[in-house]
Amino acid sequence: MKKNALTTQKTARLGLLTAAAMILSYVESLIPFFPGVPGIKLGLPNLVTVWLLWLGTAGEALAVSVMRILLTGFLFGNLYSILFSLAGGLLSLAAMAVLRRLEGFSIYGVSILGGVCHNMGQLLVAVLVVETYRLAWYLPALLVSGVVTGAVIGVISGILVRRLAFLWKEEKR
Amino acid sequence: MKKRDIILAAVVLALAGIVWAVLQFAPGQTGSMLRITVDGQVYGEYSLEENRTIGIGGTNTCVIANGIVSMTEADCTDLICVHTKSIDARGGTIVCMPNRVVLEIVDPRGDGDTPDAVAG
Repeated sequence: MKKNALTTQKTARLGLLTAAAMILSYVESLIPFFPGVPGIKLGLPNLVTVWLLWLGTAGEALAVSVMRILLTGFLFGNLYSILFSLAGGLLSLAAMAVLRRLEGFSIYGVSILGGVCHNMGQLLVAVLVVETYRLAWYLPALLVSGVVTGAVIGVISGILVRRLAFLWKEEKR
Repeated sequence: MKKRDIILAAVVLALAGIVWAVLQFAPGQTGSMLRITVDGQVYGEYSLEENRTIGIGGTNTCVIANGIVSMTEADCTDLICVHTKSIDARGGTIVCMPNRVVLEIVDPRGDGDTPDAVAG
Protein backbone atom coordinates (compact mmCIF):
# COMPACT_ATOMS: atom_id res chain seq x y z
CA MET A 1 0.00 0.00 0.00
CA LYS A 2 1.20 3.49 -0.78
CA LYS A 3 2.53 5.21 2.28
CA ASN A 4 0.46 8.37 1.94
CA ALA A 5 -2.66 6.75 0.54
CA LEU A 6 -5.86 8.10 2.03
CA THR A 7 -7.34 4.85 3.24
CA THR A 8 -10.92 4.52 4.42
CA GLN A 9 -9.63 4.03 7.92
CA LYS A 10 -7.56 7.19 7.78
CA THR A 11 -10.44 9.20 6.33
CA ALA A 12 -12.72 8.05 9.14
CA ARG A 13 -10.10 8.80 11.75
CA LEU A 14 -9.40 12.31 10.48
CA GLY A 15 -13.15 12.96 10.35
CA LEU A 16 -13.48 11.81 13.94
CA LEU A 17 -10.62 14.05 15.03
CA THR A 18 -12.11 17.02 13.16
CA ALA A 19 -15.38 16.44 15.01
CA ALA A 20 -13.49 16.22 18.32
CA ALA A 21 -11.68 19.47 17.55
CA MET A 22 -15.01 21.18 16.73
CA ILE A 23 -16.48 20.03 20.05
CA LEU A 24 -13.41 21.30 21.91
CA SER A 25 -13.81 24.61 20.09
CA TYR A 26 -17.40 24.83 21.29
CA VAL A 27 -16.56 23.78 24.86
CA GLU A 28 -13.88 26.44 24.93
CA SER A 29 -16.38 29.14 23.96
CA LEU A 30 -18.35 28.25 27.11
CA ILE A 31 -15.38 28.71 29.43
CA PRO A 32 -15.01 32.31 30.60
CA PHE A 33 -11.59 33.90 30.26
CA PHE A 34 -9.70 36.14 32.63
CA PRO A 35 -11.55 39.44 33.08
CA GLY A 36 -9.86 42.56 31.75
CA VAL A 37 -7.62 40.69 29.32
CA PRO A 38 -9.81 40.05 26.31
CA GLY A 39 -9.46 37.16 23.95
CA ILE A 40 -7.35 34.83 26.04
CA LYS A 41 -8.37 31.25 25.51
CA LEU A 42 -6.95 27.95 26.60
CA GLY A 43 -6.67 26.63 23.05
CA LEU A 44 -8.42 23.31 23.61
CA PRO A 45 -8.69 22.48 19.86
CA ASN A 46 -4.89 22.68 19.84
CA LEU A 47 -4.93 19.38 21.77
CA VAL A 48 -5.98 17.64 18.57
CA THR A 49 -3.37 19.50 16.51
CA VAL A 50 -0.50 18.65 18.86
CA TRP A 51 -1.69 15.06 19.16
CA LEU A 52 -1.75 14.68 15.36
CA LEU A 53 1.62 16.37 15.02
CA TRP A 54 3.02 13.72 17.35
CA LEU A 55 1.32 10.59 16.13
CA GLY A 56 0.26 11.51 12.61
CA THR A 57 1.86 13.89 10.13
CA ALA A 58 2.04 17.66 9.81
CA GLY A 59 -0.19 17.39 6.73
CA GLU A 60 -2.90 15.61 8.69
CA ALA A 61 -2.64 18.18 11.48
CA LEU A 62 -3.01 20.92 8.85
CA ALA A 63 -6.03 19.27 7.22
CA VAL A 64 -7.85 18.78 10.53
CA SER A 65 -7.03 22.33 11.74
CA VAL A 66 -8.23 24.02 8.57
CA MET A 67 -11.40 21.92 8.40
CA ARG A 68 -12.16 22.63 12.05
CA ILE A 69 -11.64 26.38 11.61
CA LEU A 70 -13.76 26.57 8.44
CA LEU A 71 -16.60 24.44 9.85
CA THR A 72 -16.84 26.17 13.24
CA GLY A 73 -16.42 29.50 11.44
CA PHE A 74 -19.34 28.87 9.10
CA LEU A 75 -21.47 27.47 11.93
CA PHE A 76 -20.86 30.02 14.68
CA GLY A 77 -18.72 32.83 13.36
CA ASN A 78 -18.32 35.08 10.36
CA LEU A 79 -15.70 35.78 7.71
CA TYR A 80 -13.58 37.79 10.07
CA SER A 81 -13.59 35.22 12.83
CA ILE A 82 -12.46 32.63 10.25
CA LEU A 83 -9.66 34.91 9.08
CA PHE A 84 -8.70 35.52 12.67
CA SER A 85 -8.66 31.84 13.58
CA LEU A 86 -6.76 30.87 10.43
CA ALA A 87 -4.01 33.40 11.13
CA GLY A 88 -3.47 32.06 14.63
CA GLY A 89 -3.94 28.42 13.68
CA LEU A 90 -1.65 28.37 10.65
CA LEU A 91 1.19 30.37 12.20
CA SER A 92 1.00 28.21 15.31
CA LEU A 93 0.96 24.96 13.32
CA ALA A 94 3.87 26.04 11.09
CA ALA A 95 5.99 26.98 14.11
CA MET A 96 5.14 23.74 15.92
CA ALA A 97 5.89 21.57 12.87
CA VAL A 98 9.34 23.18 12.55
CA LEU A 99 10.16 22.92 16.26
CA ARG A 100 9.02 19.30 16.31
CA ARG A 101 11.79 18.46 13.83
CA LEU A 102 14.47 20.27 15.82
CA GLU A 103 16.57 18.46 18.39
CA GLY A 104 16.09 18.99 22.10
CA PHE A 105 12.47 20.08 22.32
CA SER A 106 9.72 18.00 23.89
CA ILE A 107 5.96 18.18 23.43
CA TYR A 108 5.86 20.90 26.12
CA GLY A 109 8.20 23.26 24.28
CA VAL A 110 6.42 22.67 20.98
CA SER A 111 3.03 23.36 22.56
CA ILE A 112 4.33 26.51 24.30
CA LEU A 113 5.64 27.89 21.00
CA GLY A 114 2.31 26.97 19.41
CA GLY A 115 0.38 28.92 22.06
CA VAL A 116 2.61 31.98 21.70
CA CYS A 117 2.51 31.95 17.88
CA HIS A 118 -1.26 31.51 17.89
CA ASN A 119 -1.62 34.70 19.93
CA MET A 120 0.91 36.56 17.79
CA GLY A 121 -0.86 35.60 14.56
CA GLN A 122 -4.19 36.79 15.91
CA LEU A 123 -2.74 40.05 17.21
CA LEU A 124 -1.15 40.69 13.81
CA VAL A 125 -4.47 40.21 11.99
CA ALA A 126 -6.25 42.33 14.60
CA VAL A 127 -3.81 45.19 14.03
CA LEU A 128 -4.24 44.92 10.24
CA VAL A 129 -8.04 44.69 10.34
CA VAL A 130 -8.87 47.42 12.84
CA GLU A 131 -5.85 49.53 11.85
CA THR A 132 -4.95 50.41 15.40
CA TYR A 133 -1.35 49.90 16.42
CA ARG A 134 -2.45 50.57 20.00
CA LEU A 135 -3.27 46.89 20.24
CA ALA A 136 0.46 46.50 20.95
CA TRP A 137 -0.60 47.07 24.55
CA TYR A 138 -1.88 43.51 24.59
CA LEU A 139 1.45 42.08 23.46
CA PRO A 140 2.98 41.32 26.90
CA ALA A 141 -0.25 39.77 28.17
CA LEU A 142 -0.59 37.68 25.02
CA LEU A 143 3.02 36.47 25.21
CA VAL A 144 2.67 35.39 28.84
CA SER A 145 -0.73 33.79 28.30
CA GLY A 146 0.64 31.95 25.26
CA VAL A 147 3.35 30.38 27.42
CA VAL A 148 0.91 29.46 30.20
CA THR A 149 -1.85 28.03 28.00
CA GLY A 150 0.74 26.35 25.76
CA ALA A 151 2.26 24.61 28.79
CA VAL A 152 -1.16 23.42 30.00
CA ILE A 153 -2.05 22.10 26.53
CA GLY A 154 1.40 20.49 26.31
CA VAL A 155 0.88 18.56 29.56
CA ILE A 156 -2.58 17.34 28.52
CA SER A 157 -1.35 16.48 25.01
CA GLY A 158 1.50 14.47 26.52
CA ILE A 159 -1.01 12.40 28.49
CA LEU A 160 -3.24 11.99 25.44
CA VAL A 161 -0.34 10.88 23.26
CA ARG A 162 0.60 8.19 25.80
CA ARG A 163 -2.92 6.94 26.38
CA LEU A 164 -4.37 7.21 22.89
CA ALA A 165 -1.33 6.12 20.89
CA PHE A 166 -3.03 2.78 20.17
CA LEU A 167 -5.51 4.57 17.90
CA TRP A 168 -2.71 5.22 15.46
CA LYS A 169 -0.46 2.18 15.96
CA GLU A 170 -3.19 -0.19 14.86
CA GLU A 171 -3.05 1.14 11.33
CA LYS A 172 0.71 1.02 11.04
CA ARG A 173 0.86 -2.71 11.79
CA MET B 1 10.23 19.01 30.17
CA LYS B 2 13.62 19.36 28.51
CA LYS B 3 16.19 22.07 29.05
CA ARG B 4 15.44 23.76 25.72
CA ASP B 5 11.71 23.87 26.52
CA ILE B 6 12.49 25.87 29.63
CA ILE B 7 14.88 28.16 27.74
CA LEU B 8 12.18 28.78 25.11
CA ALA B 9 9.59 29.65 27.76
CA ALA B 10 12.08 31.87 29.60
CA VAL B 11 12.99 33.76 26.40
CA VAL B 12 9.33 34.47 25.61
CA LEU B 13 8.62 35.58 29.18
CA ALA B 14 11.70 37.83 29.15
CA LEU B 15 10.51 39.34 25.85
CA ALA B 16 7.10 40.00 27.42
CA GLY B 17 8.82 41.69 30.36
CA ILE B 18 10.89 43.92 28.07
CA VAL B 19 7.87 44.92 25.95
CA TRP B 20 5.89 45.62 29.11
CA ALA B 21 8.70 47.77 30.55
CA VAL B 22 9.02 49.75 27.30
CA LEU B 23 5.26 50.34 27.18
CA GLN B 24 5.35 51.68 30.74
CA PHE B 25 7.60 54.50 29.57
CA ALA B 26 5.71 55.19 26.36
CA PRO B 27 3.19 57.97 26.90
CA GLY B 28 -0.34 56.65 26.66
CA GLN B 29 -3.03 58.56 24.81
CA THR B 30 -5.27 60.29 27.30
CA GLY B 31 -8.14 62.56 26.42
CA SER B 32 -11.65 63.72 26.91
CA MET B 33 -13.34 62.27 23.84
CA LEU B 34 -14.47 58.82 22.84
CA ARG B 35 -13.79 58.01 19.20
CA ILE B 36 -15.71 55.17 17.60
CA THR B 37 -14.20 53.64 14.49
CA VAL B 38 -15.94 51.10 12.26
CA ASP B 39 -13.95 49.35 9.54
CA GLY B 40 -11.18 51.92 9.83
CA GLN B 41 -13.64 54.83 9.26
CA VAL B 42 -14.47 57.25 12.06
CA TYR B 43 -18.07 56.64 13.06
CA GLY B 44 -18.33 59.45 15.56
CA GLU B 45 -16.70 61.27 18.46
CA TYR B 46 -18.41 61.84 21.77
CA SER B 47 -17.59 63.81 24.89
CA LEU B 48 -16.93 61.70 27.97
CA GLU B 49 -18.73 64.26 30.12
CA GLU B 50 -22.11 63.54 28.63
CA ASN B 51 -23.85 60.36 29.76
CA ARG B 52 -25.36 58.55 26.80
CA THR B 53 -26.00 55.26 25.10
CA ILE B 54 -24.68 54.92 21.56
CA GLY B 55 -25.86 52.35 19.05
CA ILE B 56 -23.08 51.50 16.63
CA GLY B 57 -24.25 50.43 13.17
CA GLY B 58 -26.84 48.00 14.51
CA THR B 59 -24.17 45.58 15.72
CA ASN B 60 -22.84 47.03 18.96
CA THR B 61 -23.98 49.30 21.76
CA CYS B 62 -21.73 51.25 24.07
CA VAL B 63 -22.51 53.42 27.07
CA ILE B 64 -20.83 56.52 28.46
CA ALA B 65 -21.66 56.87 32.14
CA ASN B 66 -19.83 59.30 34.48
CA GLY B 67 -16.86 59.46 32.14
CA ILE B 68 -16.54 55.68 31.89
CA VAL B 69 -17.01 53.95 28.54
CA SER B 70 -18.03 50.33 28.23
CA MET B 71 -19.37 48.13 25.46
CA THR B 72 -22.69 46.76 26.61
CA GLU B 73 -23.97 44.83 23.61
CA ALA B 74 -22.56 43.06 20.58
CA ASP B 75 -24.17 40.63 18.15
CA CYS B 76 -21.11 38.40 17.86
CA THR B 77 -20.67 35.10 19.65
CA ASP B 78 -17.48 35.70 21.62
CA LEU B 79 -18.55 38.98 23.30
CA ILE B 80 -14.90 39.75 24.00
CA CYS B 81 -15.51 43.50 23.70
CA VAL B 82 -18.39 43.38 26.20
CA HIS B 83 -16.12 41.68 28.72
CA THR B 84 -13.20 44.04 28.11
CA LYS B 85 -12.43 46.36 31.01
CA SER B 86 -14.15 49.74 30.66
CA ILE B 87 -12.07 52.75 29.60
CA ASP B 88 -11.98 56.36 30.78
CA ALA B 89 -10.07 59.64 30.33
CA ARG B 90 -6.82 57.90 31.30
CA GLY B 91 -6.95 56.20 27.92
CA GLY B 92 -7.57 52.74 26.60
CA THR B 93 -9.09 50.80 23.75
CA ILE B 94 -12.02 48.40 23.41
CA VAL B 95 -12.09 46.32 20.24
CA CYS B 96 -14.85 44.22 18.72
CA MET B 97 -12.96 42.18 16.16
CA PRO B 98 -15.87 40.46 14.36
CA ASN B 99 -17.58 43.80 13.67
CA ARG B 100 -14.34 45.82 13.29
CA VAL B 101 -15.54 48.30 15.91
CA VAL B 102 -12.91 50.19 17.90
CA LEU B 103 -13.62 52.45 20.86
CA GLU B 104 -10.68 54.61 21.83
CA ILE B 105 -9.98 57.66 23.94
CA VAL B 106 -8.67 60.66 22.01
CA ASP B 107 -7.69 64.18 22.86
CA PRO B 108 -9.54 66.57 20.51
CA ARG B 109 -6.85 69.25 20.79
CA GLY B 110 -3.63 67.29 20.57
CA ASP B 111 -4.87 64.98 17.84
CA GLY B 112 -3.59 65.43 14.30
CA ASP B 113 -6.67 63.93 12.67
CA THR B 114 -9.44 66.15 11.40
CA PRO B 115 -12.18 66.19 14.02
CA ASP B 116 -15.26 64.59 12.57
CA ALA B 117 -18.70 65.99 13.15
CA VAL B 118 -20.35 64.47 16.18
CA ALA B 119 -23.01 62.08 14.99
CA GLY B 120 -26.35 62.63 16.66
